[in-house]
Amino acid sequence: MNLSPSPAAGTRRAFLTRAAGFAAAPLLLTAWSGRAAATPEAMAAAIRLFTGGAAPRPGGIRLDLPPLVENGNSVPLTVSVESAMSATDFVRRIAVFNEKNPQPHVAVFHLTPRSGRAQVTTRIRLADSQVVVAIAELGDGTFRTARADVIVTLAACIES
Amino acid sequence: MARTLINVPKTAKAGEVVEIKVLIAHPMETGFRPGPNGQILPRDIVTRFACRYDGEEVFAADLSPALAANPFLTFTTVATRTGTLTFTWEGDNGFSQTETANLVVEA
Repeated sequence: MNLSPSPAAGTRRAFLTRAAGFAAAPLLLTAWSGRAAATPEAMAAAIRLFTGGAAPRPGGIRLDLPPLVENGNSVPLTVSVESAMSATDFVRRIAVFNEKNPQPHVAVFHLTPRSGRAQVTTRIRLADSQVVVAIAELGDGTFRTARADVIVTLAACIES
Repeated sequence: MARTLINVPKTAKAGEVVEIKVLIAHPMETGFRPGPNGQILPRDIVTRFACRYDGEEVFAADLSPALAANPFLTFTTVATRTGTLTFTWEGDNGFSQTETANLVVEA
């Protein structure tokens, strides 16, 4: 930059260098991960497959995830659905989806009226800061949905 | 045999909702990571977990590579009568393991 003919040209050169760097970064990242990754579209397709095309309604379901995750290799997740869990009013299945792991599926939990409470806890992997979606299928065939935004500082290592 | 941790209350009242926690030592290799030689390590995960209460399935889970290593699950069931809880994990490469626990239900 010392050899720049004028400060203005130096700034311009620096700007162009940085701009080129920014433009190349996503390309590099894509090449580096190298495999088909789940996208919001893939997640929507996986959800359609789960619900059979029915539109899930929000409410009556809670998805608990820490908003800020330091280690994506083990993220505690709790899904709870408001339900009496009686023979007529119960939760049949709970599915969890993500939008940026290599695959959109996380898990499907099968419950019965004998489960007592519609609440499941587990630990999952998250490859990036993203949206996690939970869908519950109730006994009457309707669907409920909840979502959670998660910021991941150390991603679950896909590359090593 | 993989190590398991199973947490079931020893006794419960009839009709009480009991919380069950299960963990199995398993690497849950995702099938997306390169190994030391640069080759992608083949997928090796637990694909299904089921809990049976006196033979009747009360909880099951289909798992994917997005579950953390050593998959840990917490769920509930209604204590109906004294009986045996059977926990089964099935996975890739013919992985299969069954553990049992007893639950005593007091009147």
